[in-house]
Amino acid sequence: MPNLVEIRDLHFSYGERPILSGLRMDFARGKVVAVMGGSGSGKTTILRLIGGQLRPQSGTIRVNGDIVNTLDSRRLYALRRKMGMLFQHGALFTDLTVFENVAFPLREHTNLPEDLIRSLVLMKLQAVGLRNAAQLKPAEISGGMARRVALARAVALDPELIMYDEPFAGLDPISMGVTANLIRRLNDALGSTSILVSHDVHESFAIADYVYFLSQGAIVAQGTPAELMASADPYVKQFVHAEADGPVPFHYPGHSLAEDLGLEVQS
Amino acid sequence: MIAEWVSSIGRGTRESLSNIGYATRSFFAVLRASGVLLRRPRLVTDQIHFIGNYSLVIIAVSGLFVGFVLGLQGYYTLNKYGSEQALGLLVALSLTRELGPVVTALLFAGRAGTSLTAEIGLMKAGEQLSAMEMMAVDPLRRVVAPRFWAGVIAMPLLAAIFSALGVLGGYIVGVQLIGVDEGAFWSQMQAGVDIWQDIANGVLKSIVFGFAVTFVAVFQGYEAQPTPEGVSRATTRTVVIASLGVLALDFLLTALMFH
Repeated sequence: MPNLVEIRDLHFSYGERPILSGLRMDFARGKVVAVMGGSGSGKTTILRLIGGQLRPQSGTIRVNGDIVNTLDSRRLYALRRKMGMLFQHGALFTDLTVFENVAFPLREHTNLPEDLIRSLVLMKLQAVGLRNAAQLKPAEISGGMARRVALARAVALDPELIMYDEPFAGLDPISMGVTANLIRRLNDALGSTSILVSHDVHESFAIADYVYFLSQGAIVAQGTPAELMASADPYVKQFVHAEADGPVPFHYPGHSLAEDLGLEVQS
Repeated sequence: MIAEWVSSIGRGTRESLSNIGYATRSFFAVLRASGVLLRRPRLVTDQIHFIGNYSLVIIAVSGLFVGFVLGLQGYYTLNKYGSEQALGLLVALSLTRELGPVVTALLFAGRAGTSLTAEIGLMKAGEQLSAMEMMAVDPLRRVVAPRFWAGVIAMPLLAAIFSALGVLGGYIVGVQLIGVDEGAFWSQMQAGVDIWQDIANGVLKSIVFGFAVTFVAVFQGYEAQPTPEGVSRATTRTVVIASLGVLALDFLLTALMFH
Protein backbone atom coordinates (compact mmCIF):
# COMPACT_ATOMS: atom_id res chain seq x y z
CA MET A 1 0.00 0.00 0.00
CA PRO A 2 1.79 3.16 -1.18
CA ASN A 3 -0.25 5.47 1.03
CA LEU A 4 0.08 5.33 4.81
CA VAL A 5 -3.12 7.36 5.24
CA GLU A 6 -6.11 7.43 2.91
CA ILE A 7 -9.25 9.48 3.42
CA ARG A 8 -12.31 8.72 1.32
CA ASP A 9 -15.62 10.59 1.04
CA LEU A 10 -15.28 11.98 4.55
CA HIS A 11 -18.10 14.01 6.06
CA PHE A 12 -17.84 15.51 9.53
CA SER A 13 -19.95 18.05 11.36
CA TYR A 14 -20.24 19.44 14.88
CA GLY A 15 -23.97 19.08 15.49
CA GLU A 16 -25.71 20.90 12.64
CA ARG A 17 -22.55 22.75 11.56
CA PRO A 18 -20.72 20.97 8.72
CA ILE A 19 -16.92 21.08 9.04
CA LEU A 20 -15.65 18.69 6.34
CA SER A 21 -17.57 17.46 3.32
CA GLY A 22 -16.68 14.84 0.73
CA LEU A 23 -12.97 14.86 1.53
CA ARG A 24 -10.58 12.60 -0.40
CA MET A 25 -6.90 12.78 0.54
CA ASP A 26 -3.84 10.54 0.22
CA PHE A 27 -0.72 10.74 2.36
CA ALA A 28 2.05 8.77 0.69
CA ARG A 29 4.57 6.85 2.79
CA GLY A 30 7.81 8.66 3.48
CA LYS A 31 6.49 12.02 2.33
CA VAL A 32 5.83 15.34 4.05
CA VAL A 33 2.32 16.45 3.11
CA ALA A 34 1.11 19.92 4.05
CA VAL A 35 -2.55 20.71 4.68
CA MET A 36 -3.09 24.45 4.33
CA GLY A 37 -6.04 26.77 4.54
CA GLY A 38 -7.50 29.68 6.44
CA SER A 39 -8.59 29.61 10.06
CA GLY A 40 -11.67 27.46 10.60
CA SER A 41 -11.21 25.56 7.35
CA GLY A 42 -11.11 22.21 9.20
CA LYS A 43 -7.36 21.48 9.12
CA THR A 44 -6.95 20.51 12.78
CA THR A 45 -10.17 18.46 12.60
CA ILE A 46 -8.53 16.29 9.93
CA LEU A 47 -5.64 15.50 12.31
CA ARG A 48 -8.07 14.63 15.10
CA LEU A 49 -10.03 12.36 12.76
CA ILE A 50 -6.85 10.57 11.65
CA GLY A 51 -5.86 10.14 15.32
CA GLY A 52 -9.30 8.70 16.12
CA GLN A 53 -10.17 11.44 18.62
CA LEU A 54 -13.19 12.36 16.51
CA ARG A 55 -15.47 10.06 14.52
CA PRO A 56 -16.87 11.14 11.15
CA GLN A 57 -20.55 10.96 10.24
CA SER A 58 -19.62 9.05 7.08
CA GLY A 59 -16.61 8.06 5.00
CA THR A 60 -13.42 6.20 5.90
CA ILE A 61 -10.00 7.08 7.27
CA ARG A 62 -7.52 4.29 6.64
CA VAL A 63 -4.18 4.34 8.46
CA ASN A 64 -1.71 1.59 7.61
CA GLY A 65 -4.62 -0.54 6.37
CA ASP A 66 -6.81 -0.08 9.47
CA ILE A 67 -10.03 1.89 9.21
CA VAL A 68 -9.59 4.25 12.15
CA ASN A 69 -13.25 5.16 12.56
CA THR A 70 -14.31 1.54 13.09
CA LEU A 71 -11.59 0.43 15.52
CA ASP A 72 -12.45 -0.40 19.13
CA SER A 73 -10.52 1.49 21.77
CA ARG A 74 -7.92 -1.28 22.35
CA ARG A 75 -6.97 -1.43 18.66
CA LEU A 76 -7.14 2.33 18.36
CA TYR A 77 -4.62 2.71 21.20
CA ALA A 78 -2.41 0.08 19.54
CA LEU A 79 -2.51 2.10 16.30
CA ARG A 80 -1.74 5.34 18.12
CA ARG A 81 1.53 3.86 19.35
CA LYS A 82 2.72 4.25 15.77
CA MET A 83 1.67 7.92 15.69
CA GLY A 84 3.17 11.08 17.09
CA MET A 85 1.34 14.36 17.29
CA LEU A 86 2.58 17.86 17.93
CA PHE A 87 -0.25 19.95 19.38
CA GLN A 88 -0.72 23.59 18.46
CA HIS A 89 0.22 24.85 21.93
CA GLY A 90 2.56 22.00 22.82
CA ALA A 91 0.26 20.42 25.44
CA LEU A 92 3.22 19.67 27.69
CA PHE A 93 2.49 18.16 31.10
CA THR A 94 2.93 21.16 33.34
CA ASP A 95 3.76 19.13 36.46
CA LEU A 96 6.71 17.40 34.76
CA THR A 97 10.10 18.78 33.74
CA VAL A 98 11.11 19.09 30.10
CA PHE A 99 13.12 15.87 30.50
CA GLU A 100 10.22 13.96 32.03
CA ASN A 101 7.84 15.19 29.33
CA VAL A 102 10.02 13.69 26.60
CA ALA A 103 10.62 10.56 28.68
CA PHE A 104 6.86 10.10 29.27
CA PRO A 105 6.02 7.96 26.18
CA LEU A 106 9.20 5.92 26.69
CA ARG A 107 8.31 5.19 30.31
CA GLU A 108 4.68 4.38 29.44
CA HIS A 109 5.33 2.08 26.50
CA THR A 110 8.75 0.51 27.04
CA ASN A 111 10.71 -1.22 29.78
CA LEU A 112 13.99 0.41 28.82
CA PRO A 113 16.57 0.85 31.58
CA GLU A 114 16.86 4.32 33.07
CA ASP A 115 20.29 5.10 31.59
CA LEU A 116 19.04 4.27 28.08
CA ILE A 117 15.94 6.43 28.56
CA ARG A 118 18.23 9.25 29.69
CA SER A 119 20.41 8.90 26.58
CA LEU A 120 17.40 8.79 24.23
CA VAL A 121 15.74 11.82 25.84
CA LEU A 122 18.94 13.86 25.75
CA MET A 123 19.42 12.99 22.06
CA LYS A 124 15.87 14.10 21.24
CA LEU A 125 16.34 17.30 23.22
CA GLN A 126 19.70 17.91 21.51
CA ALA A 127 17.89 17.68 18.15
CA VAL A 128 15.52 20.51 19.15
CA GLY A 129 18.30 22.54 20.81
CA LEU A 130 16.98 22.24 24.35
CA ARG A 131 19.25 19.67 26.01
CA ASN A 132 20.36 22.25 28.56
CA ALA A 133 16.75 23.07 29.43
CA ALA A 134 16.06 19.46 30.44
CA GLN A 135 15.49 20.21 34.11
CA LEU A 136 13.22 23.24 33.59
CA LYS A 137 9.46 23.12 34.03
CA PRO A 138 7.19 24.09 31.08
CA ALA A 139 6.27 27.31 32.93
CA GLU A 140 9.94 28.35 32.84
CA ILE A 141 10.34 28.19 29.05
CA SER A 142 8.81 30.25 26.24
CA GLY A 143 5.88 29.13 24.08
CA GLY A 144 8.20 28.48 21.12
CA MET A 145 10.52 26.38 23.27
CA ALA A 146 7.53 24.45 24.64
CA ARG A 147 6.55 23.52 21.10
CA ARG A 148 10.08 22.32 20.39
CA VAL A 149 9.94 20.14 23.52
CA ALA A 150 6.57 18.83 22.34
CA LEU A 151 8.19 18.01 19.00
CA ALA A 152 10.89 16.01 20.79
CA ARG A 153 8.16 14.21 22.76
CA ALA A 154 6.10 13.51 19.61
CA VAL A 155 9.04 11.69 18.00
CA ALA A 156 10.30 9.99 21.18
CA LEU A 157 9.09 6.57 20.01
CA ASP A 158 10.18 7.10 16.37
CA PRO A 159 6.59 6.92 15.04
CA GLU A 160 5.60 5.91 11.50
CA LEU A 161 3.20 8.83 11.22
CA ILE A 162 3.93 12.27 12.66
CA MET A 163 1.22 14.93 12.68
CA TYR A 164 2.13 18.57 13.23
CA ASP A 165 -0.57 21.08 14.14
CA GLU A 166 0.70 24.58 13.34
CA PRO A 167 4.34 23.86 14.24
CA PHE A 168 5.53 27.30 13.10
CA ALA A 169 2.99 29.50 14.87
CA GLY A 170 4.63 31.93 17.27
CA LEU A 171 8.20 30.87 16.50
CA ASP A 172 10.96 33.42 15.89
CA PRO A 173 12.50 33.30 12.37
CA ILE A 174 15.55 31.31 13.49
CA SER A 175 13.49 28.69 15.34
CA MET A 176 11.04 28.56 12.44
CA GLY A 177 13.73 27.69 9.90
CA VAL A 178 15.39 25.21 12.26
CA THR A 179 12.03 23.56 13.06
CA ALA A 180 11.11 23.27 9.38
CA ASN A 181 14.43 21.61 8.58
CA LEU A 182 14.07 19.38 11.62
CA ILE A 183 10.64 18.17 10.47
CA ARG A 184 12.07 17.30 7.07
CA ARG A 185 15.21 15.64 8.49
CA LEU A 186 13.26 13.67 11.11
CA ASN A 187 10.86 12.45 8.45
CA ASP A 188 13.70 11.28 6.21
CA ALA A 189 15.84 9.83 8.99
CA LEU A 190 12.98 7.87 10.60
CA GLY A 191 11.45 6.89 7.26
CA SER A 192 8.13 8.14 8.57
CA THR A 193 5.26 10.06 7.00
CA SER A 194 4.49 13.59 8.12
CA ILE A 195 1.27 15.57 7.94
CA LEU A 196 1.86 19.25 8.41
CA VAL A 197 -1.04 21.55 9.17
CA SER A 198 0.09 25.14 8.77
CA HIS A 199 -0.68 28.65 7.59
CA ASP A 200 2.93 29.40 6.84
CA VAL A 201 3.34 29.22 3.05
CA HIS A 202 7.09 29.87 2.91
CA GLU A 203 8.21 27.24 5.42
CA SER A 204 5.60 24.66 4.41
CA PHE A 205 6.40 24.93 0.69
CA ALA A 206 10.11 24.63 1.50
CA ILE A 207 9.77 21.18 3.11
CA ALA A 208 6.54 19.64 1.79
CA ASP A 209 6.41 17.09 -1.03
CA TYR A 210 2.71 17.65 -1.64
CA VAL A 211 0.20 20.27 -0.52
CA TYR A 212 -3.57 20.27 -0.04
CA PHE A 213 -5.45 23.56 0.14
CA LEU A 214 -8.63 23.45 2.17
CA SER A 215 -11.45 25.97 2.25
CA GLN A 216 -14.75 25.63 4.11
CA GLY A 217 -14.19 21.92 4.66
CA ALA A 218 -13.39 20.94 1.06
CA ILE A 219 -10.21 20.56 -0.98
CA VAL A 220 -9.93 23.52 -3.35
CA ALA A 221 -6.45 22.85 -4.73
CA GLN A 222 -3.66 20.31 -4.48
CA GLY A 223 -0.26 19.64 -5.98
CA THR A 224 3.45 19.92 -5.39
CA PRO A 225 4.71 23.25 -4.03
CA ALA A 226 6.15 24.12 -7.46
CA GLU A 227 2.81 23.43 -9.17
CA LEU A 228 0.93 25.53 -6.66
CA MET A 229 3.38 28.43 -6.86
CA ALA A 230 2.71 28.54 -10.60
CA SER A 231 -1.04 28.01 -10.22
CA ALA A 232 -3.48 30.53 -11.64
CA ASP A 233 -6.26 29.29 -9.35
CA PRO A 234 -7.67 32.40 -7.64
CA TYR A 235 -7.86 30.71 -4.22
CA VAL A 236 -4.24 29.50 -4.37
CA LYS A 237 -3.03 32.86 -5.65
CA GLN A 238 -4.81 34.72 -2.87
CA PHE A 239 -3.43 32.42 -0.16
CA VAL A 240 0.12 32.05 -1.48
CA HIS A 241 0.53 35.75 -2.13
CA ALA A 242 -1.42 36.84 0.99
CA GLU A 243 -3.84 39.03 -0.99
CA ALA A 244 -6.80 40.70 0.75
CA ASP A 245 -9.09 40.40 -2.28
CA GLY A 246 -10.07 37.03 -3.62
CA PRO A 247 -12.44 34.12 -3.14
CA VAL A 248 -11.63 33.77 0.56
CA PRO A 249 -13.79 36.29 2.45
CA PHE A 250 -12.00 38.17 5.25
CA HIS A 251 -15.27 39.08 6.99
CA TYR A 252 -17.50 36.57 8.72
CA PRO A 253 -20.63 36.20 6.57
CA GLY A 254 -23.65 38.32 7.56
CA HIS A 255 -24.98 41.86 7.23
CA SER A 256 -22.84 44.57 5.67
CA LEU A 257 -21.38 47.37 7.81
CA ALA A 258 -23.70 49.88 6.10
CA GLU A 259 -26.71 47.78 7.07
CA ASP A 260 -25.57 47.55 10.69
CA LEU A 261 -25.00 51.31 10.80
CA GLY A 262 -28.51 51.88 9.44
CA LEU A 263 -27.29 53.42 6.18
CA GLU A 264 -28.93 50.71 4.08
CA VAL A 265 -32.11 48.75 4.53
CA GLN A 266 -31.41 45.11 5.48
CA SER A 267 -32.48 42.78 2.69
CA MET B 1 -48.24 28.24 29.88
CA ILE B 2 -49.08 25.05 31.79
CA ALA B 3 -47.92 22.96 28.84
CA GLU B 4 -44.56 24.77 28.89
CA TRP B 5 -44.24 24.22 32.62
CA VAL B 6 -45.01 20.49 32.31
CA SER B 7 -42.64 20.19 29.38
CA SER B 8 -39.84 21.93 31.31
CA ILE B 9 -40.33 19.54 34.24
CA GLY B 10 -40.20 16.60 31.82
CA ARG B 11 -37.07 17.96 30.16
CA GLY B 12 -35.40 18.58 33.52
CA THR B 13 -36.23 15.09 34.76
CA ARG B 14 -34.97 13.49 31.58
CA GLU B 15 -31.72 15.48 31.72
CA SER B 16 -31.21 14.63 35.39
CA LEU B 17 -31.74 10.91 34.76
CA SER B 18 -29.44 11.05 31.76
CA ASN B 19 -26.73 12.82 33.84
CA ILE B 20 -27.06 10.27 36.64
CA GLY B 21 -26.82 7.43 34.12
CA TYR B 22 -23.75 8.99 32.50
CA ALA B 23 -22.07 9.54 35.89
CA THR B 24 -22.77 5.91 36.86
CA ARG B 25 -21.25 4.64 33.62
CA SER B 26 -18.23 6.87 34.22
CA PHE B 27 -17.90 5.51 37.76
CA PHE B 28 -17.69 1.95 36.44
CA ALA B 29 -15.31 3.08 33.70
CA VAL B 30 -12.97 4.44 36.41
CA LEU B 31 -13.22 1.15 38.30
CA ARG B 32 -12.44 -0.78 35.11
CA ALA B 33 -9.45 1.48 34.44
CA SER B 34 -8.03 0.75 37.90
CA GLY B 35 -6.41 -2.60 37.15
CA VAL B 36 -3.20 -0.93 36.01
CA LEU B 37 -2.69 0.43 39.54
CA LEU B 38 -1.94 -3.04 40.87
CA ARG B 39 1.03 -3.18 38.50
CA ARG B 40 2.03 0.44 39.13
CA PRO B 41 1.10 1.26 42.75
CA ARG B 42 3.51 4.20 42.65
CA LEU B 43 0.90 6.17 40.66
CA VAL B 44 -1.46 5.94 43.64
CA THR B 45 1.11 6.46 46.40
CA ASP B 46 2.33 9.66 44.70
CA GLN B 47 -1.23 10.96 44.66
CA ILE B 48 -1.87 9.91 48.28
CA HIS B 49 1.15 11.98 49.20
CA PHE B 50 -0.11 14.91 47.15
CA ILE B 51 -3.77 14.78 48.22
CA GLY B 52 -3.33 13.51 51.79
CA ASN B 53 -0.31 15.56 52.72
CA TYR B 54 -1.74 18.83 51.44
CA SER B 55 -5.00 18.28 53.34
CA LEU B 56 -3.25 17.23 56.54
CA VAL B 57 -2.74 20.66 58.10
CA ILE B 58 -6.31 21.88 57.62
CA ILE B 59 -7.69 18.53 58.84
CA ALA B 60 -5.42 18.46 61.90
CA VAL B 61 -6.09 22.05 62.94
CA SER B 62 -9.84 21.66 62.37
CA GLY B 63 -9.91 18.41 64.37
CA LEU B 64 -8.17 20.08 67.28
CA PHE B 65 -10.55 23.06 67.32
CA VAL B 66 -13.65 20.88 66.93
CA GLY B 67 -12.33 18.93 69.95
CA PHE B 68 -11.91 22.19 71.91
CA VAL B 69 -15.48 23.20 71.16
CA LEU B 70 -16.85 19.73 71.95
CA GLY B 71 -14.97 19.82 75.27
CA LEU B 72 -16.50 23.19 76.17
CA GLN B 73 -20.05 22.58 74.94
CA GLY B 74 -20.07 19.03 76.30
CA TYR B 75 -18.93 20.22 79.70
CA TYR B 76 -21.56 23.02 79.87
CA THR B 77 -24.35 20.56 79.02
CA LEU B 78 -23.21 17.57 81.11
CA ASN B 79 -22.42 19.78 84.08
CA LYS B 80 -26.12 20.73 84.33
CA TYR B 81 -26.90 17.08 85.03
CA GLY B 82 -23.81 16.39 87.13
CA SER B 83 -22.49 14.05 84.45
CA GLU B 84 -19.29 15.84 83.43
CA GLN B 85 -17.43 12.56 84.06
CA ALA B 86 -18.95 11.34 80.76
CA LEU B 87 -17.25 14.14 78.80
CA GLY B 88 -14.62 11.77 77.34
CA LEU B 89 -17.34 9.43 76.09
CA LEU B 90 -19.35 12.27 74.55
CA VAL B 91 -16.32 13.70 72.76
CA ALA B 92 -15.17 10.31 71.46
CA LEU B 93 -18.59 9.15 70.27
CA SER B 94 -19.37 12.49 68.59
CA LEU B 95 -16.08 12.36 66.74
CA THR B 96 -15.86 8.71 65.73
CA ARG B 97 -19.52 8.33 64.72
CA GLU B 98 -20.25 11.68 63.09
CA LEU B 99 -17.95 14.65 63.18
CA GLY B 100 -14.75 12.85 62.21
CA PRO B 101 -16.02 11.32 58.96
CA VAL B 102 -18.43 14.16 58.03
CA VAL B 103 -16.30 17.22 58.75
CA THR B 104 -13.23 15.55 57.22
CA ALA B 105 -15.23 14.80 54.06
CA LEU B 106 -16.51 18.40 53.87
CA LEU B 107 -13.02 19.82 54.39
CA PHE B 108 -11.59 17.30 51.94
CA ALA B 109 -14.14 18.38 49.31
CA GLY B 110 -13.12 22.01 49.81
CA ARG B 111 -9.37 21.43 49.91
CA ALA B 112 -8.41 18.34 47.88
CA GLY B 113 -11.64 17.98 45.85
CA THR B 114 -11.45 21.44 44.32
CA SER B 115 -7.76 20.97 43.65
CA LEU B 116 -8.42 17.66 41.85
CA THR B 117 -11.21 19.15 39.73
CA ALA B 118 -9.17 22.20 38.78
CA GLU B 119 -6.07 20.12 38.02
CA ILE B 120 -7.86 17.66 35.74
CA GLY B 121 -10.00 20.42 34.18
CA LEU B 122 -6.92 22.51 33.38
CA MET B 123 -5.13 19.47 31.99
CA LYS B 124 -8.11 19.05 29.68
CA ALA B 125 -8.17 22.75 28.75
CA GLY B 126 -4.42 22.64 28.00
CA GLU B 127 -4.95 19.60 25.71
CA GLN B 128 -2.77 17.50 28.04
CA LEU B 129 -5.42 14.76 28.19
CA SER B 130 -5.75 14.81 24.38
CA ALA B 131 -1.96 14.61 24.08
CA MET B 132 -1.99 11.62 26.40
CA GLU B 133 -4.65 9.90 24.29
CA MET B 134 -2.60 10.50 21.17
CA MET B 135 0.39 8.93 22.93
CA ALA B 136 -1.80 5.82 23.39
CA VAL B 137 -2.03 6.46 27.13
CA ASP B 138 -5.58 6.33 28.52
CA PRO B 139 -6.13 9.39 30.76
CA LEU B 140 -8.70 7.44 32.76
CA ARG B 141 -5.97 4.97 33.76
CA ARG B 142 -3.07 7.39 34.06
CA VAL B 143 -4.73 10.49 35.53
CA VAL B 144 -8.23 9.79 36.86
CA ALA B 145 -7.99 6.32 38.45
CA PRO B 146 -4.83 7.01 40.55
CA ARG B 147 -6.34 10.23 41.92
CA PHE B 148 -9.65 8.53 42.63
CA TRP B 149 -8.10 5.68 44.63
CA ALA B 150 -5.73 8.05 46.40
CA GLY B 151 -8.75 10.01 47.64
CA VAL B 152 -10.57 6.84 48.71
CA ILE B 153 -7.51 5.69 50.70
CA ALA B 154 -6.63 9.11 52.12
CA MET B 155 -10.12 9.90 53.43
CA PRO B 156 -10.34 7.34 56.31
CA LEU B 157 -6.74 8.11 57.29
CA LEU B 158 -7.50 11.81 57.47
CA ALA B 159 -10.75 11.13 59.36
CA ALA B 160 -8.79 9.05 61.90
CA ILE B 161 -6.31 11.90 62.37
CA PHE B 162 -9.21 14.35 62.71
CA SER B 163 -10.89 12.22 65.38
CA ALA B 164 -7.65 11.56 67.28
CA LEU B 165 -6.79 15.25 67.41
CA GLY B 166 -10.41 16.05 68.31
CA VAL B 167 -10.18 13.73 71.32
CA LEU B 168 -6.90 15.42 72.25
CA GLY B 169 -8.63 18.83 71.93
CA GLY B 170 -11.49 17.67 74.17
CA TYR B 171 -8.94 16.40 76.70
CA ILE B 172 -6.99 19.68 76.71
CA VAL B 173 -10.11 21.79 77.31
CA GLY B 174 -12.07 19.36 79.51
CA VAL B 175 -9.30 17.93 81.68
CA GLN B 176 -6.41 20.39 81.52
CA LEU B 177 -8.33 23.68 81.45
CA ILE B 178 -11.69 22.95 83.13
CA GLY B 179 -10.52 20.23 85.49
CA VAL B 180 -12.70 17.23 84.69
CA ASP B 181 -11.25 14.11 86.33
CA GLU B 182 -8.63 12.61 83.99
CA GLY B 183 -9.28 9.00 85.02
CA ALA B 184 -13.02 9.35 84.44
CA PHE B 185 -12.45 11.08 81.09
CA TRP B 186 -10.39 8.19 79.68
CA SER B 187 -12.08 5.24 81.47
CA GLN B 188 -15.60 6.27 80.44
CA MET B 189 -14.37 6.66 76.89
CA GLN B 190 -12.70 3.24 76.98
CA ALA B 191 -15.77 1.56 78.44
CA GLY B 192 -18.35 3.26 76.24
CA VAL B 193 -16.77 3.26 72.80
CA ASP B 194 -17.25 0.03 70.89
CA ILE B 195 -14.64 -0.84 68.32
CA TRP B 196 -17.15 -2.27 65.83
CA GLN B 197 -20.30 -0.30 66.49
CA ASP B 198 -18.63 3.09 66.78
CA ILE B 199 -15.14 3.09 65.30
CA ALA B 200 -15.60 0.58 62.45
CA ASN B 201 -18.87 2.21 61.39
CA GLY B 202 -17.15 5.62 61.45
CA VAL B 203 -14.33 4.26 59.28
CA LEU B 204 -16.88 2.71 56.91
CA LYS B 205 -18.64 6.07 56.64
CA SER B 206 -15.41 7.81 55.76
CA ILE B 207 -14.62 5.20 53.09
CA VAL B 208 -18.05 5.76 51.52
CA PHE B 209 -17.48 9.53 51.68
CA GLY B 210 -14.06 8.97 50.11
CA PHE B 211 -15.67 7.23 47.14
CA ALA B 212 -18.36 9.90 46.79
CA VAL B 213 -16.26 13.06 47.21
CA THR B 214 -13.30 11.91 45.14
CA PHE B 215 -15.46 10.56 42.33
CA VAL B 216 -17.42 13.83 42.16
CA ALA B 217 -14.14 15.77 42.05
CA VAL B 218 -12.45 13.73 39.30
CA PHE B 219 -15.68 13.40 37.29
CA GLN B 220 -16.32 17.14 37.35
CA GLY B 221 -12.73 17.83 36.29
CA TYR B 222 -12.82 15.24 33.49
CA GLU B 223 -16.16 16.50 32.17
CA ALA B 224 -15.40 20.22 32.62
CA GLN B 225 -15.78 22.53 29.64
CA PRO B 226 -12.17 23.20 28.59
CA THR B 227 -12.35 26.94 29.23
CA PRO B 228 -11.53 29.10 32.29
CA GLU B 229 -15.26 29.55 33.02
CA GLY B 230 -15.88 25.83 32.52
CA VAL B 231 -13.17 24.84 35.01
CA SER B 232 -14.41 27.45 37.46
CA ARG B 233 -18.00 26.15 37.23
CA ALA B 234 -16.81 22.55 37.60
CA THR B 235 -14.84 23.45 40.74
CA THR B 236 -17.90 25.08 42.27
CA ARG B 237 -20.05 22.09 41.36
CA THR B 238 -17.56 19.78 43.08
CA VAL B 239 -17.97 21.58 46.42
CA VAL B 240 -21.75 21.83 46.17
CA ILE B 241 -22.47 18.28 44.96
CA ALA B 242 -19.84 16.61 47.16
CA SER B 243 -20.95 18.47 50.32
CA LEU B 244 -24.64 17.80 49.80
CA GLY B 245 -23.86 14.22 48.84
CA VAL B 246 -21.86 13.69 52.04
CA LEU B 247 -24.69 15.05 54.21
CA ALA B 248 -27.32 12.93 52.44
CA LEU B 249 -25.17 9.80 52.60
CA ASP B 250 -24.45 10.48 56.27
CA PHE B 251 -28.15 10.50 57.06
CA LEU B 252 -28.66 7.27 55.14
CA LEU B 253 -25.67 5.51 56.70
CA THR B 254 -26.54 6.67 60.20
CA ALA B 255 -30.06 5.32 59.80
CA LEU B 256 -28.67 1.98 58.64
CA MET B 257 -25.84 1.69 61.17
CA PHE B 258 -27.15 2.97 64.47
CA HIS B 259 -30.76 1.80 64.70
